[in-house]
Amino acid sequence: MERTTGSIDGNHYETVIIGAGMSGLAAGIRLAYFGKNVLILERHNAAGGLNSFYSFQGRKYDVGLHAMTNFVRSGTKGTPLGKVLRQLRLERESFDLSEQKGSRIIFPGVELQFNNDFELFESEVIRAFPHEKDNFAKLIELIRSFNEVALDNEETSARVEIAKIIKDPLLIDMILLPLMYYGSAQENDMDFSQFVVMFKSLFFEGFARPFEGVRQIIRVLLKRYKELGGQRKMKCGVKQIILDKDQVKALELDNGDTITADKVISSAGLVETLRMCSDHPTTTGNDNIGRISCMETTTVLNKEPSEFGWEDTILFFSDQAKAEYACPKNLVDPRSGVVCLPNNYQYGEGRTLEEGFLRITALANFDKWTQLPEEEYQASKKEWHQVLLDKALHLLGTKTIQDVQPHVITTDIFTPRTIKKYTGHLAGALYGAPHKTRDGRTPIKDLFICGTDQGFLGIVGAMLSGISMANLHILQPSS
Amino acid sequence: MTKEDVKKIVLNIIGEIAPDEDLTQVKSGLRLRDQLELDSMDFLDIVMELRKKYGIEVPEDDYSRLESLDSCGEYLHPKFMQKGVALA
Repeated sequence: MERTTGSIDGNHYETVIIGAGMSGLAAGIRLAYFGKNVLILERHNAAGGLNSFYSFQGRKYDVGLHAMTNFVRSGTKGTPLGKVLRQLRLERESFDLSEQKGSRIIFPGVELQFNNDFELFESEVIRAFPHEKDNFAKLIELIRSFNEVALDNEETSARVEIAKIIKDPLLIDMILLPLMYYGSAQENDMDFSQFVVMFKSLFFEGFARPFEGVRQIIRVLLKRYKELGGQRKMKCGVKQIILDKDQVKALELDNGDTITADKVISSAGLVETLRMCSDHPTTTGNDNIGRISCMETTTVLNKEPSEFGWEDTILFFSDQAKAEYACPKNLVDPRSGVVCLPNNYQYGEGRTLEEGFLRITALANFDKWTQLPEEEYQASKKEWHQVLLDKALHLLGTKTIQDVQPHVITTDIFTPRTIKKYTGHLAGALYGAPHKTRDGRTPIKDLFICGTDQGFLGIVGAMLSGISMANLHILQPSS
Repeated sequence: MTKEDVKKIVLNIIGEIAPDEDLTQVKSGLRLRDQLELDSMDFLDIVMELRKKYGIEVPEDDYSRLESLDSCGEYLHPKFMQKGVALA
């Protein structure tokens, strides 16, 4: 039985994986496929981690997934999505992916459209920034030839590297903003390798979404893991990793049980994992805690977004030519953000979502949100929801809220506090620690990191991270 | 068990790992990498499947011996013979 309900106290496993998010599940599938005795531990009752879903008042909401990046059409080889499908022995059809309609990057006085055909983005850049035509071509050439997944790339500033080629600061910010929003743990910048990963996944490849949202992907991964005999224990977090010098001796679980493992892969975050270790002080990694967290509001409508004239799939916006992507001083910074319309994918004839959804994301300050007393917390959620909704409607070209208000069925809002609760990431850090461990190694020799803090990004990236770390550290021992 | 049988086994494994590749035109004397879209992850999987299915170990230093079907036949045949793998 894959979902262990009985006691596991005293058990030994070849590999224990901490966290049933995308990366942990993918690592688990690899190991179970090759006959390893593997256990996934998850503190929550739902799998998926940051990319999950929840039911509230009979409605299912997606967390995380706006769009699955890295989409390529059937037959395109050598890209991350294809690698994931091959490595997990999954049929492409199982994810039931539909492509986006089209997205925009909106800055004051200028916008760039893009979709899953790179030519559109390229032509948009040339139209809006004709003086950067040659430089943009050079940047593309550099990105194409760069091996972003090499595990030994040095960390460098994307902003610095791009500025060596592109001169117009507005174009630099317009390119960086969506990439930062979809995966940077650093403020106002990202590591250059991460930049290349994200550029390829958004612009060369593209956006898609399963008709049923992120639960489709989680369901496929859980089913695969189960049929391969992988074991999983839910509502069972790791309280402490007990060390013997630089080795893992045992894992003490939240319920008091103790288990042992030859190797441990953790998707709980780099600093979070090190702090679980018995000999590490609670101040370990204080200088590597992410500051990027967000608020997201979902407005549920009784009409399709297209009936309001909203045709975009995703909008990335900034009110300022110099976009701000940093921990805000106030609860929320509405000056930049992302608007997502999950209805606006090409699901095909006869497939429309039951209700209309408008999701808005903006950066938020974790400390401020967690310091609020409950009553003020609830009131602030409502207040900021309204601010962000007004903002989104303006961007979408709807003049007054009165046009939309009568069609609102319900709203739901999550804050940095919610992210902390579901992912366990310190400070509700959306994309984990600013500095990653690319090869997944930690100072403890049989403890490895996968997922966000290994550094491959997005849902496909997360799966690839789990796969790569399982391959590198468990299946392919370098000895 | 002949070298041809070994090549067939390898080709079947590739078919499982990369179902999106057309294997009907693969030439056994040419590098697999030049004919098919296979990366280092896929080659690791060929090695892993050989271990899983037949108990055959290929040390990392020998991965280059798997570059073509012919070289797979040459390199793996003695290992299969040693294991006494019988084809049903």
